[in-house]
Amino acid sequence: MTRLRVTRRDALILGGIAAAGAASLTPSAAVPGQMEAAIRKAIGDAKVQKGKVTLDLPPLVENGNSVPMTVTVASPMTAQERVKAIHVFNEKNPLPNVISAYLGPRAGQAKLSTRMRLADSQRILAVAEMSDGTFWSDDVEVIVTIAACLEEP
Amino acid sequence: MARALINVPKTAKKGEVIAIKTLISHDMETGYRHDNVGQAIPRDIIRLFVCTYNGQEIFRADLHPAIAANPFIAFTTVATASGTIEFTWTGDNGFSATEQATITVE
Repeated sequence: MTRLRVTRRDALILGGIAAAGAASLTPSAAVPGQMEAAIRKAIGDAKVQKGKVTLDLPPLVENGNSVPMTVTVASPMTAQERVKAIHVFNEKNPLPNVISAYLGPRAGQAKLSTRMRLADSQRILAVAEMSDGTFWSDDVEVIVTIAACLEEP
Repeated sequence: MARALINVPKTAKKGEVIAIKTLISHDMETGYRHDNVGQAIPRDIIRLFVCTYNGQEIFRADLHPAIAANPFIAFTTVATASGTIEFTWTGDNGFSATEQATITVE
């Protein structure tokens, strides 16, 4: 019987294939239960369409304790046609909600910035509620190298 | 009293969209950490932020433990009239802080 010899190079190639396979198998569009429940609690059973919203987060985060985040929504922001609320949700923190902001009719621009915690590499979703009752969203995948919630005081 | 930093332009033209930036010192303790003897540290966060412009509410936000310590919140409003912009943060354990800024609108 011939011994199967795996060289370092073979191992690296095989590892690469396995990693690529695993990545392509992950359903990127699926919303895990906890996040889905939080979204439904915030906006009811309205249909969420993709678009109009821009969620700005660094794609690679070094420190998950404080991550700058900006949500902008394309809207004329007039008294009749405006953004009423912006909700942000996460996938893998202990709690799925991040922030819910309610904008008045005098906001002028639909833009919200804050800093958030990230416990793991995950997908972040922003949902905007318009005055006409429609909901729009954007989501971003972030990779975190140092997670929040780990260090003890 | 928690220290808060407010950034509001001193003057603005009528109808101009102004940027408002706020930062307040607060630990935003998540409730998921433990102290050095293994005791869980109870949650202690700011739950609500409200901004009023001459007494009328213009912005409100519900905060959750996923907001970083020393919450920074930035948003915009239309400069309508000279007056006072007031900021209120309320949270667990009776936390409450209020700050004011004045703006002159030409």
